[in-house]
Amino acid sequence: MASSRKTRGRGPDGQLANMSAFAARSGRSTQTEVVVIVSVAFVIIALAELLLRAMEVPHYVLPPPSAIGAAFLTDFPHILPHLGHTLVELLGGFAIGASVGLILAAVITQFPFVEKIITPYILLLVTTPMLALVPLLILYFGFGYTPRIIAVALASGPMVMINSATGFRRVDSAKIDLARSYGATTLQIFWKIRAPMALPMILVGLMIGAIFGLLTAVGAEMVGGGFGLGNRLTTYSSMIQMPQFFAVIIILSVLGTLIYVIFFLIGKKWASWEA
Amino acid sequence: MTPDPKTRATAKIRVNAAGKSYSTEEGALDALEDCTFEIAANEVVSIVGPSGCGKTTLLWAMTGLHPLTAGEITLDGVPITGPHPDIGIVFQDANLLPWRNLDANIRFPFEITRSRPDEAWIRHLLERVGLGGFEKRMPRELSGGMQQRASIVRALALKPSVLLMDEPFGALDTFTREDMNRLVEEIWMETHTTIAFITHSIEEAILLSDRVIVMTGRPGRVMNIHDVPLPRPRDAEVMASRAVFDLTNAIKADIVSGQVAHRAQNGNGG
Repeated sequence: MASSRKTRGRGPDGQLANMSAFAARSGRSTQTEVVVIVSVAFVIIALAELLLRAMEVPHYVLPPPSAIGAAFLTDFPHILPHLGHTLVELLGGFAIGASVGLILAAVITQFPFVEKIITPYILLLVTTPMLALVPLLILYFGFGYTPRIIAVALASGPMVMINSATGFRRVDSAKIDLARSYGATTLQIFWKIRAPMALPMILVGLMIGAIFGLLTAVGAEMVGGGFGLGNRLTTYSSMIQMPQFFAVIIILSVLGTLIYVIFFLIGKKWASWEA
Repeated sequence: MTPDPKTRATAKIRVNAAGKSYSTEEGALDALEDCTFEIAANEVVSIVGPSGCGKTTLLWAMTGLHPLTAGEITLDGVPITGPHPDIGIVFQDANLLPWRNLDANIRFPFEITRSRPDEAWIRHLLERVGLGGFEKRMPRELSGGMQQRASIVRALALKPSVLLMDEPFGALDTFTREDMNRLVEEIWMETHTTIAFITHSIEEAILLSDRVIVMTGRPGRVMNIHDVPLPRPRDAEVMASRAVFDLTNAIKADIVSGQVAHRAQNGNGG
């Protein structure tokens, strides 16, 4: 396809806000890239293993990959419930934050004046690390799920909102005229023109929001409370169990990557038209 | 030379003292002033004129989407006050919805009007414009000409009795454009849909129209209306004839004098 030829050699290269990451790409070039990327990972792991062993770096300073792998296998049953807790906080908080953010964006962009008034406050929420509120939230709500879910919602919601609002604001008057020329109602214009047009930006917002949510969930767990992957990090590091510590880090990276991949695939299916 | 438009009995569209002014920061801007003409049923009328003469404003007023500030436009004697199911629009660029494939784009009018698509008619139109087999393609996978053909199919899908075309082929290359003009002529000869056609190209206007309306510069007024008494189909031979040559020059002269006498009261539109 012509489009895949155009994007050859230009990978997603981490441009979160760029829909070219959602472009439909196929063919041999992608396969080669995957092989090279995996090979690089192998080389780096092997080099790290060799160097750390050769230089006899103690495990409490930096454990070699093999020790991390072993810790991962032996301690996974202990870590698993904590992964569950983190997922509950992430999914719960994200569901609340993303829904509120999405609805707010859809409604507010219909009223330019209201949008102008509210946007600075949303920006304030985006730019202030919600992690800073966690001690206060713990004071209010105790050490359970509640303060963490609130923190995740506060971190992800504004991110979803501000990106979705950018999407909903992209008014193509010709396309709206087209719908109106058939007598479309406001609701039809919303669902058939505005929403699909905003979708690529909404997906970017959801992806960034989810990653911010993960960040905040882990951070909140590090601040207080006896469970969750963040809590494991503080526990393992205080006990100088570095292989276990890095095993948790690996789980967190997988979690973050999974978020990216999920939204990448959704975008590829539903938003690739914009590439 | 020009027959009095008011004598035409079967007026499909009647534009009566149409005017439109926009309020800008420097005060009111008159885009259109006192335009009066009629389009008969089954007639093809082109509107030509210098840039900014209000052609597009006029066409959009006919769609009922962007109302006039003075005068009125009627369709079958009824004032147009809003979008009308009997009016199809072909936009400047094809204006397809990029997230829908060709087939879904053509079904869009049926979704909005909640009506059952006439499958045989859609298939006929697609074959007619040479898009059969491209139904699953996304707009970005189609050439500019193909996109515009798809938009013509979409505009005709609900079988409107009037087709409004707003410089539909302005962005296409000369050869594609000629091809599209032939296609519009063929479609007209089959459906006899009343067409109002905005264009910058005099050649295009002559090829397609029964009459060509020349407008003056801003504020746009009707300056002259030329009959195009040529046989159809207007093939290369017809288009190379002396009559076309003379008509082209007459229209050109009108446009130039309209530009020179920008605000002069020399139009016959009032």
